[in-house]
Amino acid sequence: MTYLAKPKLHHPRLSTNALGFTRRDYEGAVSTLCAGCGHDSISGAIIQACFELSLPPHRVAKLSGIGCSSKTPTYFLGASHGFNSVHGRMPSVLTGASLANRELVYLGVSGDGDSASIGLGQFAHCLRRGVNMVYIVENNGVYGLTKGQFSATADKGSRSKKGVGNQDSPIDLIGMAILLGATFVARSFSGDKAQLVPLIKAAIEHRGAALIDCISPCVAFNNHPDSTKSYDYVRAHNEAVNFLDVIERREEITLEQEPGTVELVRQHDGSYLKLRKLAPDYDPTDKIAAMTYLKEREAAGEIVTGLLYLDPRSEDLHDRLGTVRAPLNALGEKELCPGSAALETINASLR
Amino acid sequence: MPMRLEATNDFVVKFANVNGSGSASANRLFARSILRMGVPIASRNIFPSNIQGLPTWYEIRVTEAGHLGRRGGVDLMIAMNPQTFARDLAEIEPGGYLFYDSTRPMPPSKFRSDVNVVGMPLTEIVNARYTDARQRQLFKNIVYVGALAELLGIDLAEVETLIGEQFRGKEKLIPANLEALHMGRDHAAAHLKDAVGLKVRRADAVGNRIFLEGNDAAALGAVYGGATVCAWYPITPSTSMAEAFTKHCHRFRIDPDTGQKRFAIVQAEDELASIGMVIGAAWNGARAFTATSGPGISLMQEFIGLAYFAEVPAVIFDVQRGGPSTGMPTRTQQSDILSAAYASHGDTKHVLLFPEDPRECFAFGALAFDLADRLQTPVFVMLDLDIGMNEWLCEPLAWDDGRRYDRGKVLTAEELEAGRDFGRYLDVDGDGIPYRTYPGTHPSRGAFFTRGTSRDAYARYTEEGAAYVDNMQRLLRKFETAKSLVPKPVREDAANPTRHGVIYFGSTAPAMREALAELKARGIELDTLRVRAFPFAEEVIDFILEHDQVFVVEQNRDGQLKTLLVNEGAIDPARLISVLHYDGAPITARFLIDEIARRWALLTGATNREAAE
Repeated sequence: MTYLAKPKLHHPRLSTNALGFTRRDYEGAVSTLCAGCGHDSISGAIIQACFELSLPPHRVAKLSGIGCSSKTPTYFLGASHGFNSVHGRMPSVLTGASLANRELVYLGVSGDGDSASIGLGQFAHCLRRGVNMVYIVENNGVYGLTKGQFSATADKGSRSKKGVGNQDSPIDLIGMAILLGATFVARSFSGDKAQLVPLIKAAIEHRGAALIDCISPCVAFNNHPDSTKSYDYVRAHNEAVNFLDVIERREEITLEQEPGTVELVRQHDGSYLKLRKLAPDYDPTDKIAAMTYLKEREAAGEIVTGLLYLDPRSEDLHDRLGTVRAPLNALGEKELCPGSAALETINASLR
Repeated sequence: MPMRLEATNDFVVKFANVNGSGSASANRLFARSILRMGVPIASRNIFPSNIQGLPTWYEIRVTEAGHLGRRGGVDLMIAMNPQTFARDLAEIEPGGYLFYDSTRPMPPSKFRSDVNVVGMPLTEIVNARYTDARQRQLFKNIVYVGALAELLGIDLAEVETLIGEQFRGKEKLIPANLEALHMGRDHAAAHLKDAVGLKVRRADAVGNRIFLEGNDAAALGAVYGGATVCAWYPITPSTSMAEAFTKHCHRFRIDPDTGQKRFAIVQAEDELASIGMVIGAAWNGARAFTATSGPGISLMQEFIGLAYFAEVPAVIFDVQRGGPSTGMPTRTQQSDILSAAYASHGDTKHVLLFPEDPRECFAFGALAFDLADRLQTPVFVMLDLDIGMNEWLCEPLAWDDGRRYDRGKVLTAEELEAGRDFGRYLDVDGDGIPYRTYPGTHPSRGAFFTRGTSRDAYARYTEEGAAYVDNMQRLLRKFETAKSLVPKPVREDAANPTRHGVIYFGSTAPAMREALAELKARGIELDTLRVRAFPFAEEVIDFILEHDQVFVVEQNRDGQLKTLLVNEGAIDPARLISVLHYDGAPITARFLIDEIARRWALLTGATNREAAE
């Protein structure tokens, strides 16, 4: 089947951003996912975040692996280049793309099967390398396209739609990401756009590896009462530790909130994140404390969401490699080819 | 007294050492001193999958006639490894020479009556001079180089010059090395006068040729070819290519003003990630490559198929070796031909280049990036361990400063702005190659979504069979186009007309050339064709059709190139006779002469019988 393009009629009063684009300019093709799928809400949040940041859509590259989640890049940012790669290997393709041109925004979209099972190795290594990207895992605990098998993030003891119990320990993507050296780690819920949109914006602004583990219920296979990834379960157990406002660099920073409940975090590139604290003692820049808190709350049955870890002194892969400022894909013979005279010197040294 | 082999500028020396004992640089010093005498050599490492302790060998063929293949057999064995003493001794030709460390007396039963024994108390000499264990070990190697120079008549001044060059910048190490060298020379002069009948005589047969490894040359090719992204995973025998690329980039690709790098090299977590990064970078407009070997190619299969269908210009250097796991991986073979040619699932086929020596490793290494960009498809450069990890004597590397990179069909922002129709998979001019755009080029035009197969000519998602078939046919047209772009085969006909030919490729070339002269002397005349690329140019198929029988020489068990010829050229298999060498050692002229002569006798015998009937 070929998808119909959405009608390009704009409501005359649609608001525009600094580039003169409306929200519609950030949309993609019509989604073919199930009605009510959490993934569509995440696509909506990505559209909203890019619109609010006034990102030129063509300066974003969106990459994915295989699965329901990985189909979604078709459904947002239609003016961006996209790459639906192979199962579990989006991180390496994104890493390569980022090496070729450091000036674009790289948005990696993956699922729990894609990232926590077949792609766990690449998930781990792209985070520890500090690839400058936003890595969103659309996490529903289940394989959708192959009709309802457990994924590796399914909680132990949770039951499938057919009543089978999951006996294996779940992969904790958040805990792994923090340990592996991701410098921006957040968890959110597809049903909470107010929380998710600022997190995506902040992740885009962050330089370094930013992971958002976004619980995104599967209405077809994992939204029943025995599931721990259903809308009802996540709403009942969601405990946000903070709420984020992204402060654009040019804005004047004012703190009007009650002291002690708001914190400004200055990032390496000079930008600020304004954190409204919901859990007063939670310090997302303290790795050990964050891990302890997350494990304690997890044991208590809570799903902790918000910006869970941030390294304000982050650097990215290009910083570490020491590459030139210009994109590598823009260099030509003049910059790259040493020429025949240098070759003669080499020849002479090999006699 | 055993017979004595007497030869000048035509013999084989083999060093039997212990891995990690520092012998490699001493042996190389010896080898290069012969080159400086103007006498060509062919050198080969035979080494284990090991860092320290296991046996390792280094073989030097001294050949004024310029036969650069492996000869087979050993005339002078430098037996420095007690572990392998018996088998090293057994390998010496009758009348040959055994040079060994005679510090510990050995019973006559340990030697061969038909081999001349040259004993030198190396351990005693170094122990008397040095107290440090590591010094004793390292200088023992230099001592035997000094002794060998004396025994074989190598001008010691050449060795001294090489030591000076080797330690440039670390001059304080030079006197100690010279002292050890002279100790060896003096001992041999005093105690081993005329012990060896093999001599190196100054000649002028090297010319301006250079001596380097194929991996090093291929890495230089990647630098000259404009590669900016290298993603790789360590695997013998390809590792030294990625390391050489790193070395050359640090020399040639540092921005002089900022000190920043005009390259990015990532040691990936595995081969899957390596090729994924290459594909991501190439998709995004950088020239990117990986260096790997057979097991890596196996792991990359899924991604290679994606690159084929998504039409991403990935360059893969496959330094071929023996099979999986441990053992044969440090031995040479040409056994990835089929797995590279048809890598992946679905219907796929790929461009392969077959360099014959380091010079072609450089040339094809650079060319691969032009071909990949022009054809928008993976390109394999098929080295093997023999070319990749041994220093070969070859013509100097050459580069034309007027050459411009062929980036292929890439639409610019201006072309998109001008309203040019863009269909990512649309065949505009009949060569099967569509236009592409780099991400981020134009604010509103030229974006497309990259997938495997399920899309139409405008990169829109579709699962319709007709669109799929259309696309697959276009990919075939593209492969046809490739035939005219890849390096042509090199044909050399026999002096007299013949109905028989031989096809060979890659590292077989020097042994083949040497064998042809001897075969001709035996009345076996063959036209020859060196295949340099897949898909096969028309000339390859024509060559087969012009001959009744064609030998196909390969370094694998299954005749993989022959299979490819039969399959892609619709050739009657009966026309092709496989000559196969796959014991892990480089193919030799002796093997080729014996095999081809044996088959020839059968063939002509058969012809005679037919004529009689």
